[in-house]
Amino acid sequence: MDQIIVQILNGLDKGSAYALIALGLTLIFGTLGVVNFAHGALFMLGAFCAVIFNRLLSLSHKVVDESRTDFLGNPMQVDVPYVHEWFGQAAGDALINWSVPLSILFAIPVMLLVGVIMERGLIKHFYKRPHADQILVTFGLAIVLQEIIKYFFGANPIQTPAPDAFRGSLDFGVWLGFDPLTIMYPYWRLVYFFFAAIIIAGVFAFLQFTTFGMVVRAGMADRETVGLLGIDIDKRFTFMFGLAAAVAGIAGVMYAPIVAPNYHMGMDFLVLSFVVVVVGGMGSLPGAVAAGFLLGILESFASMPAVTQFLPGINQIIIYLVAIIVLLTRPRGLMGRKGVMEE
Amino acid sequence: MTDQTTQTGAIAPQADRSRAASGGFLGLGFRDFRLLMIVVALTLLAPFLLNPFPEGSAMAQFNAGYPDLMQRFVIFGIFAIGFNILFGLTGYLSFGHAAFLGVGSYAAIWMMKLVTTNIIPGIIASIIFAALFAVVVGFISLRRSGIYFSILTLAFAQMSYALAYSVLTPITGGETGLQIKSTDRPFLDNLEPGQIGRANLFGIDMRASQILEVGGWQFTFNVGYYVCAVVMILAFYMAIRIFRSPFGMMLRAVKSNQQRMNYTGLSPKPYTLAAFVISGMYAGLAGGLMVAMDTQVGPERMFWTASGEVVLMTILGGAGTLIGPVLGAGFIKYFENIVSKINSDILHGWFAFLPDGLEDFMVAIVYPFVGKGWHLTLGLMFMAVVIFLPGGLVEGGQRIARLFRRRKAADGATKSAAE
Repeated sequence: MDQIIVQILNGLDKGSAYALIALGLTLIFGTLGVVNFAHGALFMLGAFCAVIFNRLLSLSHKVVDESRTDFLGNPMQVDVPYVHEWFGQAAGDALINWSVPLSILFAIPVMLLVGVIMERGLIKHFYKRPHADQILVTFGLAIVLQEIIKYFFGANPIQTPAPDAFRGSLDFGVWLGFDPLTIMYPYWRLVYFFFAAIIIAGVFAFLQFTTFGMVVRAGMADRETVGLLGIDIDKRFTFMFGLAAAVAGIAGVMYAPIVAPNYHMGMDFLVLSFVVVVVGGMGSLPGAVAAGFLLGILESFASMPAVTQFLPGINQIIIYLVAIIVLLTRPRGLMGRKGVMEE
Repeated sequence: MTDQTTQTGAIAPQADRSRAASGGFLGLGFRDFRLLMIVVALTLLAPFLLNPFPEGSAMAQFNAGYPDLMQRFVIFGIFAIGFNILFGLTGYLSFGHAAFLGVGSYAAIWMMKLVTTNIIPGIIASIIFAALFAVVVGFISLRRSGIYFSILTLAFAQMSYALAYSVLTPITGGETGLQIKSTDRPFLDNLEPGQIGRANLFGIDMRASQILEVGGWQFTFNVGYYVCAVVMILAFYMAIRIFRSPFGMMLRAVKSNQQRMNYTGLSPKPYTLAAFVISGMYAGLAGGLMVAMDTQVGPERMFWTASGEVVLMTILGGAGTLIGPVLGAGFIKYFENIVSKINSDILHGWFAFLPDGLEDFMVAIVYPFVGKGWHLTLGLMFMAVVIFLPGGLVEGGQRIARLFRRRKAADGATKSAAE
């Protein structure tokens, strides 16, 4: 029993990342009808927003400290971050320590901007072209974004630690009446799960309860009629692209402490997220979220020793296997709408 | 403009058949025969053409005429030709073609380890096994089209990769892959104890090379390369025949309008499956040749980036054209092996004639695009091709040629008017 709970918990954080990326992919697909292969790159850009923000906060300059001397007897030079000077020692350290959660504030405008530029500058010209062309051009864009990041940050992963308060693990089992130390769960992963849940709820609430969201939903259902009613749907869809980019971006920001950002992390997630979207059903937002968590949890179940003994290697292929079975038995995915992407 | 090309493509078969009936060239129309002859000449003379700069000169690093790279040009050419039969004709975008390449490679290396180090049985085995695998994958994947098809093929390829990497280690050698070792005793060969079998064609070593030195130039003629070249010419000839056959017309029909095809009482399924299997066989052949050249294989050959690479090659060169995929493959492999070696010292050498400040500035601008950053250039070029030149480099060439022809025609018109 405790093993099962451990696996469910392990699946949650990966599932949250899949769900967030898949949510953005589906938003783009549902609104603009574009298959965005660069979405993984947006996730990666988000993770690097955390890196950039951390570096910005740690910017420092050399100050001569009279009270200390180096080994030659000269006054020692010490690196002092600017934030120490501006906000004082304690507040400055706290800022640097909390840089990952704080970089969300930095990432949202940046990613919105990236998304809007991408849509206006490139994707706009591909609405009328076949899906294969959209896949190819966004695939090319993903390569370009990835290489730009590689040029500036190198090929090695960059460690981006979580705030001190969230290091260590929570003894989750004690709450449920198990022995101590049987079910341990890192705090940050718990944070990631709740964060993902809040974002997903936020996006759904935005679409469901605001006028803007209502118009967008109407546009997803019947774009032409909304246009005929005198609503500039293009502008709203452009914003939705930016929103999807921002969702992918902050998913990346918060994931940075779990997996150290490197330039190809986006591609690794993209392949799986596409499988998630297809399993969930192209164009269905609840489907994407449900499939994301489902596949994340299935993946961690499949890597249990009891299962791999019985079916060796199943943990490597479970997601793809499920995708093949779902696509062949339920051609529209788990919650796909009729008439979407059926050609 | 693209309409024109597709129209000539569609009309050509009838014209070809009439020519073939009147004892034409190898069953090809005149233009196709000319194209085949150009490809034959280019591949056979490649050791000269790819080494235009004398050894030791500053430009010698742009020479691509060494056996290893030339082999890669033609092998990936075969891979891309095969991919193009599927994507270029039917429009089904497979993101998992590297799986067939990998299966072919594993089949070939086992033949060479167990049966004989002669490459022929290995290559035949690679084609057969790739075909069998393609039948299975194709039968399942082709039940869906569009992006679903892409995801299904991707899923199959990633599964093969993951399995080859982990569970199938007894067969695939896992992470380290497979090589021919001194303990391998192929039962048809009479190897002395401790002797390592070498890939050969009836006793001719694949690695044997003849070096011709003319003045400062050095040309290498490698047996392995010529074996690959002959295979590629055959593969290219087969591709032309497929493009011009009634079967090829059916595949084009699948691409242009499946619904209409259904209404005329034809099922697209057998045609697309046949195209899928044929292109899988081409991939297997390429995999077998790879093993025949370097006698080793690892699972990374099946990773999805390898599948992505062949997509890049085909699109960059020109999907749906005959020569495009070969050009694209050569182009990307040239970039990967030559342009990636340019470092900042070499750049400083190039811009040395400029004043110091300007030199550093130019180097700083160019540097991100060459050397280790060659992927950036590739990505930008690929995007540019998809956006502006859907027909790839071939369409670019045609446009330029047409521009010249029009200018010449205009010149002729003004001349005749003056007379």
